[in-house]
Amino acid sequence: MSLETPLHRVQGLGAAHSGVRHFWRQRVSAAALLPLSIWFFWAAFGLIGASEVQALTFLTVSPLGIPLNAILMGIFVVILLYHMVLGLQVIIDDYIHSEGGKISLMLLVRAFALALGASSLFALLRIAGPV
Amino acid sequence: MAENQQVASIRPRPLSPHLTIYRWPVTMATSITHRITGIGLSFGAVALAWWLIAIASGPEAYQDFCAFASSWFGEIVLLGLTWSLAFHLLNGVRHLAWDMGFGFAVPTADATSWLVIVFSVLLACAAFALAHAGYGGFNR
Repeated sequence: MSLETPLHRVQGLGAAHSGVRHFWRQRVSAAALLPLSIWFFWAAFGLIGASEVQALTFLTVSPLGIPLNAILMGIFVVILLYHMVLGLQVIIDDYIHSEGGKISLMLLVRAFALALGASSLFALLRIAGPV
Repeated sequence: MAENQQVASIRPRPLSPHLTIYRWPVTMATSITHRITGIGLSFGAVALAWWLIAIASGPEAYQDFCAFASSWFGEIVLLGLTWSLAFHLLNGVRHLAWDMGFGFAVPTADATSWLVIVFSVLLACAAFALAHAGYGGFNR
């Protein structure tokens, strides 16, 4: 016997009111971050002690003739922040019990992610964008 | 009957046991550490943004970043972030494996927990040891 109402079952949203969307997005972004994080480890290790010119060269010059590492960095930052928002939401859902606190903290997290993403991408465009 | 129900609703409801009364299995430690490193890596995103903005802003801003990164405090932060990323990455693989239905047996979950702990520490320490031994950097 199910205690679900027919409407509830048909909506398929479950107790969290959001269905499996959040779960899937977190997994897909995690899978995307596996190779990107390995690339980032390699990049960060390679840039230890680099001069500004060396860092610029790393980001903008590639054998393909496109700023490959700057593009990868942009993708990395965007998916990283997306995964961060999803992950922090789980923590907020678990530990913040008042609806008002939950919503304000989530808005704060999203504003934080937006500020970081916008400034990182703006910096990357200044570094490697069409001048 | 009505009176009994009244009493039942006033009595504190049973809560799930809290952290302090468990004997910590290693899987619990990795689970909690996964969250903590996740929060820590959010601050890593700030450091990454700072680095990118510094490169975009010119030599002085880049020097400021490098001065912080090579100070003792900066090195501790970077070591923490390196280990956090290594841990979150390796433990993330465990989570993805679980989501596909692998590795749920208790001995397996315990073993992979220890693997993640040992390899994340090894990776972070190796990266810093190699860097201090002069192996970091493509162009030096």
